[in-house]
Amino acid sequence: MPILVYAESDQGIYKKSTQELISFGRAMADQMNTEVIAAVTQDASGAELGQYGAHKVLQLEHQALSDFKAENVAEALSQAARAVQASVIIVSSSANSKYMAPLLAVDLEAGYVPNIVGLPTSYTPLTVPHNVFTNKASAHTALNSDISVLGLSKNAYGVHHYETSAEITTHNPELSASTVEVTSTDKASNKVMIADAEVVVSAGRGLKGPENWGMIEELAEVMGAATACSKPVSDLGWRPHSEHVGQTGKPVAANLYIAIGISGAIQHLAGINSSKVKVVINTDPEAPFFKAADYGIVGDAFEVVPDLIQKLKEFQAQNA
Amino acid sequence: MKILVCISHVPDTTSKINFNADQTEFDTSGVQYVINPNDEFGLTRALWFKEKQGATVHVANVGGSETEPTLRKALAIGADEAIRVDQTATDGYTVAQALAPIVKEGQYDLVIAGRESIDYNGGMVPGMLAKLCGFSFVNTCIGLEIDGNTATAVREIDGGKETLKTELPLIIGGQKGLVEESDLRIPNMRGIMQARTKPLHVKTEQSAAAKSQTLRYEKPAPKQAVTLVDNAEQLINLLHNEAKVI
Ligand SMILES: Cc1cc2nc3c(=O)[nH]c(=O)nc-3n(C[C@H](O)[C@H](O)[C@H](O)COP(=O)(O)OP(=O)(O)OC[C@H]3O[C@@H](n4cnc5c(N)ncnc54)[C@H](O)[C@@H]3O)c2cc1C
Repeated sequence: MPILVYAESDQGIYKKSTQELISFGRAMADQMNTEVIAAVTQDASGAELGQYGAHKVLQLEHQALSDFKAENVAEALSQAARAVQASVIIVSSSANSKYMAPLLAVDLEAGYVPNIVGLPTSYTPLTVPHNVFTNKASAHTALNSDISVLGLSKNAYGVHHYETSAEITTHNPELSASTVEVTSTDKASNKVMIADAEVVVSAGRGLKGPENWGMIEELAEVMGAATACSKPVSDLGWRPHSEHVGQTGKPVAANLYIAIGISGAIQHLAGINSSKVKVVINTDPEAPFFKAADYGIVGDAFEVVPDLIQKLKEFQAQNA
Repeated sequence: MKILVCISHVPDTTSKINFNADQTEFDTSGVQYVINPNDEFGLTRALWFKEKQGATVHVANVGGSETEPTLRKALAIGADEAIRVDQTATDGYTVAQALAPIVKEGQYDLVIAGRESIDYNGGMVPGMLAKLCGFSFVNTCIGLEIDGNTATAVREIDGGKETLKTELPLIIGGQKGLVEESDLRIPNMRGIMQARTKPLHVKTEQSAAAKSQTLRYEKPAPKQAVTLVDNAEQLINLLHNEAKVI
């Protein structure tokens, strides 16, 4: 019984998280002696998905799928899963996938485990490692349903390359009218999103006021990074809520997380500690962040950050 | 309007997370419990509807009697009645199954749950409940207005937000943004006194079979000590040559 992967695209582009999802599905399929099928809903050709491990691409065609509506995507995937008799459906940790997955799970009477951080540790019964207590611990959970929906954490597996050329077939689901209608979308087009970012530059109350964020934005720009902040910074209105990271904000699973003027409270660390490499810049050598970080500079952000920007530019010029 | 707020009873955010000797269960000793932060934003929004537009607000939890202080706290800050479904919350699916009859029998117009609870991070109860009850569903909801039967909801998406229109009955998975941090309420003496006499119904529902079972827990491996550097140049060098992230 094959594995179905929900291959999200954004304006025709398959992001790294989707590529990773397919490679993860492929590794599972190899263990289970089955195929991985990438289900695509938008007009992006799925042909390239073979190189990440997909054996087949299933183009789900319906007018209602031209933009994301959770109910319709769940219905379409559920019908596709039944059509190909999939036993596992893999989804990402994007806001859209987390919205849709519980609907899909009920439709398929499937068990659902999100925040998965590695390949199954057993296939009978299917047992997966996943983060709990907002990354303060992990759990090994066994699924006992015929069909399973697995949600993979970002950056938990990596993209692997294959020389598979995926054959494309189409499936025409029958969809009901969505009960929820999108009336407007407000999305920054030229900003790196925390959800996709390889590097996140984050700053806290140590920056003293919103007027000092110019250097944080500049550092982020030089590094191609997303900007983030601690909770009090967003509560004070210095930065938008969408930048609040931590246990009660967004999770961060970047390759590199740079914390500037952030003390490292337990709630902050919980949300960001899935990041691979953590750097702290803080005047106080006793700040708890130093216990969680890989690299640290004890120093004043107002001196260190401008210097870091300058030296990064020189480094980039040399390595260009 | 009848509103139900689903309340998860979770360890306080400062809790140290430990497990019993064979790593199969969360060790609750010394742990303080609170209303799940995402649910607290939702509850506060529900109380806003009650005060500004007229609504009754019920709160519900699936759990043992140890969760009652958390429900009493919700009553103390303004909810009218509480319901506890007397069942051990195993996985998100069983919790949604236990809440579904409460939602249907109570004829609620609006059900507010949290986007996820901060203990097991399942993020599935609101969506599953919506599907089981046939309600409309909006997740990661950061703004909600109700006008008659029509709801306008703002949903956080990756990199922005979108505005949605839908009809009641509706379930949302809520979070900060529904109200601000400064809108959250602390129970006062009068509220605490009143909460003692407000109804707290204990119900038993047939429990559905769980679809998943956690076999064991693990704590992260201890971290290596931080490498302190003196300046930006050294940092760039290490990030490039050692960590290989730039
Ligand atoms: C229920 C609950 C949930 C929470 N959830 C979250 C969450 O999701 N995310 C989150 O971030 N927090 C959360 N918190 C808040 C958390 O407890 C901390 O209060 C918060 O993270 C502190 O933010 P901060 O580090 O920016 O500020 P502070 O703790 O004030 O730290 C500022 C730091 O800046 C340093 N500093 C000062 N000046 C300079 C300078 N010139 N250069 C360099 N460094 C300097 C100081 O040494 C200090 O370490 C939560 C709290 C509660 C109660």
